Amino acid sequence: MKPKVAFFDFASCEGCQLQVVNLEEKILDLVDIVQVVSFREAMKEHSDDYDIAFVEGSIMRPMDEERLKNIRSNARILVALGACACIGGVNKLRNKWSVAEVKAEVYGDAAIEGNPYFDVLPTRAVDEVVAVDAYIPGCPINKNELAKVVTSLAVGRKPTLPNYPVCVECKKNENVCVFEMGQFCLGPITRAGCNSICPNNGEGCDGCRGFLEDLRVNAMKDVLRRYSVSMDQMMKRFNLYNFKREGY
Amino acid sequence: MAMDVGIHIEHLTRVEGHGDIFFNSKEGKVEKVQWHVTEAPRFFEAMVRGKSYVHLQPITSRICGICSIGHSLASLKATEAALGVQVSEETVLLRRLALHGENMQSHILHIGYLVAPDLFGVGSVFPMVATHKDAVLKIVGLHRLANFMSDLVCGRTTHPITLRLGGFSKVPADRELTDLKSRLEAAKPVISEVAGLLASVKGGIPDFNRETEYVGLVDDKLYALYDGAIGSTDTGEHPVNFYKSITNEYVVPQSTAKYTKHSRDSYFVGALARFNLNESKLSDFGRETAEVLGMKAPIHNPFMNTYAQMVEVADSVQDSIHIIDELLACGIKGDKAEVKVKAGRGISAVEVPRGILFHDYTIDSIGNCTKANCIIPTNQNHASIQQDMEAIGPSLVERPEKDIELTLEMLVRAYDPCISCSTHYAKVHFV
Repeated sequence: MKPKVAFFDFASCEGCQLQVVNLEEKILDLVDIVQVVSFREAMKEHSDDYDIAFVEGSIMRPMDEERLKNIRSNARILVALGACACIGGVNKLRNKWSVAEVKAEVYGDAAIEGNPYFDVLPTRAVDEVVAVDAYIPGCPINKNELAKVVTSLAVGRKPTLPNYPVCVECKKNENVCVFEMGQFCLGPITRAGCNSICPNNGEGCDGCRGFLEDLRVNAMKDVLRRYSVSMDQMMKRFNLYNFKREGY
Repeated sequence: MAMDVGIHIEHLTRVEGHGDIFFNSKEGKVEKVQWHVTEAPRFFEAMVRGKSYVHLQPITSRICGICSIGHSLASLKATEAALGVQVSEETVLLRRLALHGENMQSHILHIGYLVAPDLFGVGSVFPMVATHKDAVLKIVGLHRLANFMSDLVCGRTTHPITLRLGGFSKVPADRELTDLKSRLEAAKPVISEVAGLLASVKGGIPDFNRETEYVGLVDDKLYALYDGAIGSTDTGEHPVNFYKSITNEYVVPQSTAKYTKHSRDSYFVGALARFNLNESKLSDFGRETAEVLGMKAPIHNPFMNTYAQMVEVADSVQDSIHIIDELLACGIKGDKAEVKVKAGRGISAVEVPRGILFHDYTIDSIGNCTKANCIIPTNQNHASIQQDMEAIGPSLVERPEKDIELTLEMLVRAYDPCISCSTHYAKVHFV
């Protein structure tokens, strides 16, 4: 029996689900090993009978929290898809301000109290609301990593992510270090798996895949000192995708 | 005697983002027909306050995964306008190529994966793999080509990497552009075949017309996408800096996205608006494709937006070939304009797949953003969707519930709404 798969989205740009479509002909191979029963962006049919739920986006409102909890209770395996779901991503930038402040800035004094559409809480990643079984990080996700995770899950294996920094892939790709080009990069502390796509294109890493479990803080400090990067500059980049993450 | 009908389509499928449709009729009369936008707001303009000018593009790109190249270009153009940066001709050509890649990708996705299932009477593209394998593979091939183009120019299809202030962080090599050109040439007959197939199912498009105001960028020479003045079929040309006098945003209780209106109760943006405004600027291949599809401006049927997108796919391929020729004639240099921090305000407009997009930033003397406003195409279409629903509603009451549902769904889908985009949320003034 092919495992039944469903896709869901919360506050996000839906760019990670787009990577499913961007698999092009490979989708046809994937639907050979899994059965897609719900994918609102691409199909009309919907079923609550699924084994694996892929969840894109951050959780903003009580109504979204309730929907997510339902998905969790239906799914055997729940996979967080992309930076917004895995770590909150850019959606967390607004957590710098209180909900009341952000609401006042955006809605002014409009009468929105009591309207559930507008009932907003601070942004949360998916695992701050329900248990998550597997993560596909990145903004957007890497479609090849997605195909790998789906294949692992279809054969009943727990997918694993690289636990080494982006620098490893970057060196393999023989890039000139972007620090040497006078730029700043979070590659030394960011989880690999993106094939160092930003440095390959002449740009430093923004840390969208989140940080390594075994973070070499002192090594990063050495790099910052060697290239005279201030902690303030570092934190500005750090915060783009990892705003106020626990433990950092 | 018509049946009493009560329809609530929750989370409409095969569109980007979350929206609901309500339709109630009693004794043959429509009591309520409404388009609700239920997507969670994301507060982008609040987020970018205090952020450095260099981070505005990477952050606002994340408003939309499908039109991230368009958002990036609008963001860069607005920032460059604020800082007084002039980019090179080569940069403009490469940016136009990037925009063509995204428009083709988004249009093909909409035509092939989101709309075609309705025209072939199925729920998604998956069953079409069995019944129309050849056509599906052609669509997939065109989608792959469009993404190949974005990968080459932008480093990635979603959330571009190389598009930077003043120029590109990496430019394609001449031989890569030559290769892209030959792939685009080879795609032309495939596009003609797909257009032919679309023409053959045109009978499935509801016969519905509602004349309205069409708004989009216009240019003296080009089928305007990257730059131009604001054009309206009602009021003519307006400078981009006066965009707020066109958009006039307002809020309605059934939507977390704002509505807009200009000379009438609503206006239309997107491929059909561009086609109605700029048909005479189409390339030969664009015009040929319009003929295959039996299209001649002005067209007042909103369902035909999908067909206008097909014309634009053909036109983008032809214009991309032309751009590559221009780039190769001079050879790629990879020049970058100098960027210096100064205080200022910059406003930009770019045509993205779903219509005209505005970014407006104010930057202080140390380079931090103090105020931002982004007006998204789908916001500008929400009022038009509502008006179309009200206009088509009475003609549907005698029909079976399934038909009513499908027609209303097809109407919303025709606009190709990008709902997450439209609830990115700017500063709102309730009326």
